[in-house]
Amino acid sequence: MGNRCAVIGVGQTHYTTRRQDVSIAGLVREAAVRALEDAGLTFKDIDAVVIGKAPDLFEGVMMPEAYLADALGAAGKPVMRVHTAGSVGGSTALVGASLIQGGVHERVLVVAFEKQSESNATWALSTHLPFSASLVVGAGGYFAPHIREYMRRTGAPGHIGTLVAVKDRLNALKNPYAHLKIPGIDQKMVESTPMLWEPIRYLETCPSSDGACAMVLAAESAVTGTPAWVHGTAMRSEPIFRADRDTVSPQAGKDCAADVYRQAGITDPRRQIDVAEVYVPFSWYEPMWLENLGFCAEGEGWKLTESGATALDGDTPWNASGGVLSSNPIGASGLIRFAEAAQQVRGQAREHQVDGARTALGHAYGGGAQFFAMWIVGREKL
Amino acid sequence: MPSDPLVAQHVLEFPGGYTRSTGPVVGRFLTELRERRIVGVRTSEGGVLVPPLEYDPATGEPVTGEYVEVGPAGTVTTWTWVEEPLDTHPVDVPFAWALIALDGADTALVHAVVPEHPKAMRTGMRVRPVWREQPTGHITDIRHFAPEVTKIVSPVRAEYRLRAGGSLAVFLAGVERGVLLGGRCERCAKVYVPYRTFCPECGGPIPDTLELPDTGTITTFAINNLPDPRAPEVPFVSAYILLDGADLPMIALVAGVPAHEVRQGMRVRAVWVPESERTASMANIRWFAPTGEPDVELS
Repeated sequence: MGNRCAVIGVGQTHYTTRRQDVSIAGLVREAAVRALEDAGLTFKDIDAVVIGKAPDLFEGVMMPEAYLADALGAAGKPVMRVHTAGSVGGSTALVGASLIQGGVHERVLVVAFEKQSESNATWALSTHLPFSASLVVGAGGYFAPHIREYMRRTGAPGHIGTLVAVKDRLNALKNPYAHLKIPGIDQKMVESTPMLWEPIRYLETCPSSDGACAMVLAAESAVTGTPAWVHGTAMRSEPIFRADRDTVSPQAGKDCAADVYRQAGITDPRRQIDVAEVYVPFSWYEPMWLENLGFCAEGEGWKLTESGATALDGDTPWNASGGVLSSNPIGASGLIRFAEAAQQVRGQAREHQVDGARTALGHAYGGGAQFFAMWIVGREKL
Repeated sequence: MPSDPLVAQHVLEFPGGYTRSTGPVVGRFLTELRERRIVGVRTSEGGVLVPPLEYDPATGEPVTGEYVEVGPAGTVTTWTWVEEPLDTHPVDVPFAWALIALDGADTALVHAVVPEHPKAMRTGMRVRPVWREQPTGHITDIRHFAPEVTKIVSPVRAEYRLRAGGSLAVFLAGVERGVLLGGRCERCAKVYVPYRTFCPECGGPIPDTLELPDTGTITTFAINNLPDPRAPEVPFVSAYILLDGADLPMIALVAGVPAHEVRQGMRVRAVWVPESERTASMANIRWFAPTGEPDVELS
């Protein structure tokens, strides 16, 4: 895995429907400055900047990394941009970590963002090339059939998704940065919202958010403040159109998890991982990823969710921050998972802190569930 | 009503309009307006009155001779909406009469604010004057106030000429004559449709086309409650359909059956547009409709 790498600073903007008071540059700057303050550093202390961003067509700003260099104090430094669809936030952290692990840099600033209020993701993802006959169904329309197939295979009862929708939003009430704050949310409220893409209801989907997240990563010799040590990093991908591809539990996800667990010495994720921040943009993806990530046997994910094991006070809390279901600035959503995992092992998650968290998983996926990025961070050096 | 002899129109208007001497204080204000500057006057207590008055309304004392440039930006402190402007109003579009505290002033100025949209009007809004082309030294030299620029529209457009070449051209030629062409990987024997020249699973070559039937099985689906221009109605079903003999499902519309009667395992057949309307496009297949055969048991 190379040299040791630690997260020494985390900065987030408040996630919200519209940040009309700032430009994109102002938005990423806000997160970056907070991450630097957290690390007790300034832009002068940074060697390189890695920017993560979902498709350029989302905001229509082409190659935003070039325009954002000034806002991120990157003049005269290496700047690179990462794009791996929805998993990009996670991949951005991993590219930053690799620059430390490879001994290229001592301190790297990683930043990811999205300003969904100035974009239309469904439009950008439905470009209607000639000769085809594509439907405008958006991400929800794409993932709904895979959820249906999961329900058929496992016999999961229909209310499981609503449990996750409630649980993550209750967690969000404890996270000052979370976008959706729905006091009094319960199963009945979720069930009363309309089916958008059956079996996905309105409150079983993620919101559209504006926001940015940043982290300062450091080599062991350059650590300041409270570090979260990177115990393992992995990325995997697979083609979307491939015979026998399991779209419910993709092989790339399993391989990615196996790789990151091997590096971190994890053989029993449910017991050894104290808290997981997993990319769950539609409620049913919690039980699906519980299985894909090996937290339980195949077909058992929904039972784990139903038992309350993934709640903040459960034995394996998932998305203590409220997760993607509560805040979704797409390009940043993966990085937020990685950052929240780090905050947990740094003991800095405040109200949504999982007591005594020593090992945490950060996870992101993207495209047609074909790109995966994961890391394991720990309170102690590995 | 003109036909009513006891009703008549009457106009009371002093010919040419009254003249008024401005006095030194208001005169200075209007002179500065003509130069596209807004000034206030300082009171003996140190406040700045905008528009300036000759005597401080709070104390009755004469104001000082000190003029202070204020604004031009200011903040709306309160407002009322005028949906149907009158002839004598400063603008002929819906607007707000607003009290505007110009930067540096201690009092608010009454003027018209024209927001982008009625719903955008709000207290606290930052506004700036929009000046008449030829100022004359009158309060109407400011035509109205408008919100500060906080947003721009940035058109993005890319125009391509797309040529369907290679395997896509082969597939579309088939579709044009109502046939779905796929291909079998020489190495791993997986069958792909649409036709492609190599296997995404093992990388093996797919040298030949293979004609597939236009019947298949729904493996899974979504019921979409959001409208789509191609769907005949809402809700509509988008389904993964595994054509008979293929190893990879294709996504297509399912119709000809109520959305809630669609099932995983249901047998379907392509519904083609009439031959006379066919082009080299997947739009040739309107949707897939049930065949009525028994459902297939899914593993």
